[in-house]
Amino acid sequence: MNIVTLSGPFTHASNSVQKTMFTVLLALIPATAFNFYLFGWPAILLFTVTVGSCVAVEAACLSLARQPAKTVLSDYSAVLTGWLLAMSLPPWAPWWIGLLGAVFAIALAKHAFGGIGQNVFNPAMVGRTAMLVSFPVVMTAWVMPHPLFSSGAPGLADAIAITFGGHLPDTVSAASALGYIKTELSRGIPVTQSMAHVPELMDMALGYRAGSLGETSAILILAGGLFLMAKRIISWHIPLSVMGGLFVMGAVFNAVDPARFASGTFHLMSGATFLGAFFIATDYVTSPVSKKGQLVFGLGCGVLIWLIRTFAGYPEGMAFAVLLMNGLTPIIDQYTRPRAFGRSSKGEPLPLEKP
Amino acid sequence: MKLYPIRGGIHPDYRKDQTSEKAIVALPMPAALYIPLQQHIGAPAEVLVSAGDLVKKGQMIARSQGVISSPQHAPTSGRITAVTQVAAPHPSGLPQSTIILEPDGKDEWADLPEPIADPFAADPHTIHDRVAQSGIVGMGGAAFPSAVKLNLGTQKKLEILLLNGAECEPYLTCDDRVMREFPAEIIDGARIMAHALGTPKVVIGIEQNKPQAIEIMTKAASAFAEIEVVAVPVQYPMGSERHLVQAITGRETPARKLTADLGVVVHNVATARAVHHAVRFGQPLVARVVTVSGGAIREPKNVLTPIGARIADLVEFCGGFAARPESVVNGGPMMGQPLASLEAPVVKGTSGILALTAEEINNHPTSPCIRCGTCVTICPCGLSPVEMAAFIRKDKLDGAAKLGVMDCVSCGSCSWACPSHIPLVHYFNYAKGVLRVLENEQRKSDRVKTLAEVHNLRIEKAAEAKRAALAARNPAPTVPTAEEKASA
Repeated sequence: MNIVTLSGPFTHASNSVQKTMFTVLLALIPATAFNFYLFGWPAILLFTVTVGSCVAVEAACLSLARQPAKTVLSDYSAVLTGWLLAMSLPPWAPWWIGLLGAVFAIALAKHAFGGIGQNVFNPAMVGRTAMLVSFPVVMTAWVMPHPLFSSGAPGLADAIAITFGGHLPDTVSAASALGYIKTELSRGIPVTQSMAHVPELMDMALGYRAGSLGETSAILILAGGLFLMAKRIISWHIPLSVMGGLFVMGAVFNAVDPARFASGTFHLMSGATFLGAFFIATDYVTSPVSKKGQLVFGLGCGVLIWLIRTFAGYPEGMAFAVLLMNGLTPIIDQYTRPRAFGRSSKGEPLPLEKP
Repeated sequence: MKLYPIRGGIHPDYRKDQTSEKAIVALPMPAALYIPLQQHIGAPAEVLVSAGDLVKKGQMIARSQGVISSPQHAPTSGRITAVTQVAAPHPSGLPQSTIILEPDGKDEWADLPEPIADPFAADPHTIHDRVAQSGIVGMGGAAFPSAVKLNLGTQKKLEILLLNGAECEPYLTCDDRVMREFPAEIIDGARIMAHALGTPKVVIGIEQNKPQAIEIMTKAASAFAEIEVVAVPVQYPMGSERHLVQAITGRETPARKLTADLGVVVHNVATARAVHHAVRFGQPLVARVVTVSGGAIREPKNVLTPIGARIADLVEFCGGFAARPESVVNGGPMMGQPLASLEAPVVKGTSGILALTAEEINNHPTSPCIRCGTCVTICPCGLSPVEMAAFIRKDKLDGAAKLGVMDCVSCGSCSWACPSHIPLVHYFNYAKGVLRVLENEQRKSDRVKTLAEVHNLRIEKAAEAKRAALAARNPAPTVPTAEEKASA
């Protein structure tokens, strides 16, 4: 009888890369759907363009590399990158931002490094920062919520004009809370005063605020993140350390000088904190593999976000912080390996304790 | 008893219910038995019979050679038809020296050694010798000669004999059934072994997914204050010697040391039962219980099998294949080895024969690593499989060695959990094999170097002695030395 001889083990967990990626996509649906509702047709169009471009660029790169496009594309990783990139863009940004961002994310950040699993930097964040640095005006054109089908919300025809025609109505622009605080500070208005003009904490948490296409609803993102934890796709280490690092920095400095520094809670609820902590910083490929390493990585992200938000020229620092820590990941990995069984953390055999 | 946590581990689909409620049944004697000379770790046994010899059940047909070796005995009475090369139960399917025995159907015992009347009054050496003569090896699968491990008590002070009834491999239920059906024999064997080892205490570790075995063994052990039955958490690889010792004693065996260095000796429950048979009745190890299971087997069973029955005989006894097996595995699905042929025989270390369907194996093509870190989190040895695999893929085995690949126990948890289906443990087994060969070569060349140095030294010494002897015979120097000249 002819038996196929494989090597063991002869049983396997029911997981796969495809299932993992798909579960992450599922977890993103509530927050994304809410923001589709909040920012209307232009957001849906931009999202479609961005995800579509990522898949197209991935297919092109694979065919250039003479890899089987069909099997690799089916792992959903390009869809996920596109989805996260779209979520980090201003919701009414023009179509070419999505397309260019996709080229940077997939072609440059991912395939130039060797494709899935080989990239050092988070592709979606490379796409976002490349756009932010190159087109700062377009990339900071925030809009107030225009819920679908509400009065004043753009219809599909208006949306096509906004996304593909570049007709961003002047009247709708709004500042993000982080941007507003920063601008006011530069005008000499203390945080304590400007805080009165940012949305209520509850609105911030629910997501009824200006911001990137997918980042506004802390609660829905948290729900998605908890779902991923329940599914054991991610663990608490990175989200908690990112938010912990950011919150502690915010809280401590706020206590020292409330006029200069925004509170820890404000930092947690604004910008891309939740999206970044649960979905961006937790990217497998670009974060450390050990739990200890993930804590170091997350803390680093949290502190850097606070530093950039507080002292640098940009109001939001999530993307930069994650990219900087991505660069450190190989080193963190090297110094945070678990202790081997029967060995000290230096790798020497443990001393024999006499029974 | 307080238990201690062990690192990592996995919870595979156990699928033990296919056979856990099936009482042990004996395999009808096959038409021929194939008894390999090597069924254990160590040197192969030396054959004592030749074609045409008539042998009785339990008669020694091959004797042990060297310290780490084990004899073989006739599993039944009959005629030796040949001593020849037969496919081994090994993935390679390569032939090895094997005694072929044609049973005569009488199953007559030979004159066995006398039972040891009062083993608890006997000298530990007597028990050790009996276990060695009886061909008993570790029956959990590793097949290390048990007598060698029973001798450890003479070298160091030991505290605990730990009987391993964890049976953490999925599918396997042979230890479970033996514990449920022969608890008194196991307890007696354990007490004898503890006496030989000089351990004051016996702990029997059983995974919590075998509640009946725990209950029955606890009851059987209740008469003996020194024996304690401990239910350990269901966490693969709890049955790994070092991990079981850690779970029960909290002590971590240092790298490159043995659990015996901590005062704990681990034996399998079925081994204890074999010791009971050898000491109380003089019976050598000639049969064992094998779990025959898997989705492709029509009637999964726990089968009492004479050593040397072909795997094909077992499969046939279990109703043959209900579906096409994707793989037939010798042992459990996590650490077992694929079989190249069903013609290979059952040996002393065969705990299970699994005929698995493609669906059960759930094998997929490998995709690139996405660095999810699951392998790092679940590695019970605290290693970093993702990094070691990256080194091995580039054939940088030194790098993998530095990261501790030699500490890997090949439990297979990383391969099981990998979402990219990377055969990680296969990489590590490859690396360990190559590194061991390199180490042996290095040791050999070091030895040759030392021998050469010693040889040169000896020749030099001999030459010097010769010169000295020559000088002694002709005391007068023919040429005056400079000093003599000066003084003259």
